[in-house]
Amino acid sequence: MTTLLPEAPPDGDPPVEDRPRVVSPGFTTGDQVFRRGTTVIGVLVLVITGAIGLFLGYQSIPTLQRYGLGFFTENQWQPENDIIGISSTLLGTLQVALLALSMAFPLALGTALFITEYAPGRIRSALVSLIDLMAAIPSIVWGLWGFFLIQPHAKNIARWLTEYAGWVPFFHVDTDPSAALWAQTRFTSSVFIASFPVAMMILPMACAVMRGVFAQAPAGEREAALALGGTQWGAIRTVVIPFGKGGIIGGTMLALGRALGETIAVVLIISPDFDLKVRPLEVGTETVSALIAGRFGEATSAQLSALLTAGFVLFLITLVVNTVAAVFVNRSRSGSATDL
Amino acid sequence: MTSTLDDVISETTAADVPRGGSDLEAVDVSAWFGSAKVLDRVSLRMQPATVTALIGPSGCGKSTFLRILNRMHETNPVAGLAGEVLLDGDDIYSPTLRITSVRQRIGMVFQKPNPFPTLSIEDNVTAGLKLIGRRVGRSERADLVEECLRRGGLWNEVKDRLGDLGGALSGGQQQRLCIARSLAVRPDVLLMDEPCSALDPTSTRRIEETIHELRDQVTIVIVTHNMQQAARVSQRCAFFLAEQGTPGVIVEAGDTEQVFGSPVDPRTSDYVNGRFG
Repeated sequence: MTTLLPEAPPDGDPPVEDRPRVVSPGFTTGDQVFRRGTTVIGVLVLVITGAIGLFLGYQSIPTLQRYGLGFFTENQWQPENDIIGISSTLLGTLQVALLALSMAFPLALGTALFITEYAPGRIRSALVSLIDLMAAIPSIVWGLWGFFLIQPHAKNIARWLTEYAGWVPFFHVDTDPSAALWAQTRFTSSVFIASFPVAMMILPMACAVMRGVFAQAPAGEREAALALGGTQWGAIRTVVIPFGKGGIIGGTMLALGRALGETIAVVLIISPDFDLKVRPLEVGTETVSALIAGRFGEATSAQLSALLTAGFVLFLITLVVNTVAAVFVNRSRSGSATDL
Repeated sequence: MTSTLDDVISETTAADVPRGGSDLEAVDVSAWFGSAKVLDRVSLRMQPATVTALIGPSGCGKSTFLRILNRMHETNPVAGLAGEVLLDGDDIYSPTLRITSVRQRIGMVFQKPNPFPTLSIEDNVTAGLKLIGRRVGRSERADLVEECLRRGGLWNEVKDRLGDLGGALSGGQQQRLCIARSLAVRPDVLLMDEPCSALDPTSTRRIEETIHELRDQVTIVIVTHNMQQAARVSQRCAFFLAEQGTPGVIVEAGDTEQVFGSPVDPRTSDYVNGRFG
């Protein structure tokens, strides 16, 4: 028995129009309630975030009207002299964030690879909870850690770097590092030292994202690499890292977003300085969030608007960084299965 | 012993002459996953220039046995084993042999095609060389790619688009690409774990033709659920069976014709005639 296709209608008879019919989804009442509930909650999150942006934007209007573009080019912050700008502050924020990232990235990548590829079962779960614990440590504690534990040693590293690489502007510090009685305070409270606690704070986040994508690396391809005679490192290089590239980039940028906004640990360590400079080893810098935290208490309403404007700029930068991170992750092979 | 084996590897990889593969022999191989024993003292010889088919119902340990033959079994952390696997007389589990050179000499094609999807067809073929750290010149590389793709029966379909991604091929083509990729590192033995179970009949046909052509060059061991396929491609055949709650054993092994035509054991007869399994 063969079924034949229906014959074409005879001439003259207009063919019956073929169009999709309406199909009702047929949700039950319980489903409907749950659906609406989750939709409301989902929208609420969007509304809250949007409201923060709107509030900050609205509060920024007077400041931006008064100072215009000068707000972005001026490096000093002297509300008492009516000089207000965030160029040095933004530069400091970026320096702390990027330096922290450069410390956290290799640690996060190495830890994530060790956890997914090499660590035996028990050590793996212990390490995972330990790193999750790192994320739970309050930032003030990280700040104290940086101040009391890291700074006394890090200043020696900074001095050493300046002594031998000081001819590179990046490592330069305006003092004589070789002096017998070297000016220790020139090497403290710097971008470099503030980066340590920030790096520790963003490490768990970057590591978790990377771990997530590495664990999803296709087992079949991993086996293929091994069965061809590859070493485990070979399999990681050919399969795991290319597969996880999106997660590596996305996790790193997500961490960057977090690093840009980190406040209290930075406040604790840096000493405010509005010079427009890229000398991370030298004393003094300022970040947007540290500026807000430091000046908020004594601010007049005009000054408050200026601080909120700085916050608005930081909000926008973080938003862009996170969006770019999400795009990277979604475009990658591992992306569809990754939460970000 | 080791040095001679390494010499053999470098010699054979340099020469293009087909040698019919190596002699592979499993001696009293047992296997465990955790405390569960899945294979019980299995011995089997797989001869050069011969296709050996491993048949049997699901869960009888065929795939486990196959993975023991190139040390992929131990990638599972709870896996254990006993016995010896002799490759031209040398135990591949002896500490004097490097695991990477064992796997290089005993290639494997998996059930699910697993090309590197983000690498080009060409780079897929040479991926193994990169993994074992052997460098090849540009012209030598082009020759090798062509030769392996021809031997894998894929050349005519992809010769004009070697730069396309491996993941863009159809399932059957991907599987033949995997075969070509395995051949590029010049293995002496090729293990195939149900290579056609995810493929349509036409692709299956092509792979079987490829197996026929490769037979003179490498020792082939193939696990298959498809009895007709075993009858078509193999010269030797081993019937695995794990009876209720007992680890898998080889019930009968011998020439394919004999195992299918006049099996000695009644259980073999029942299985090959489709009465169970």
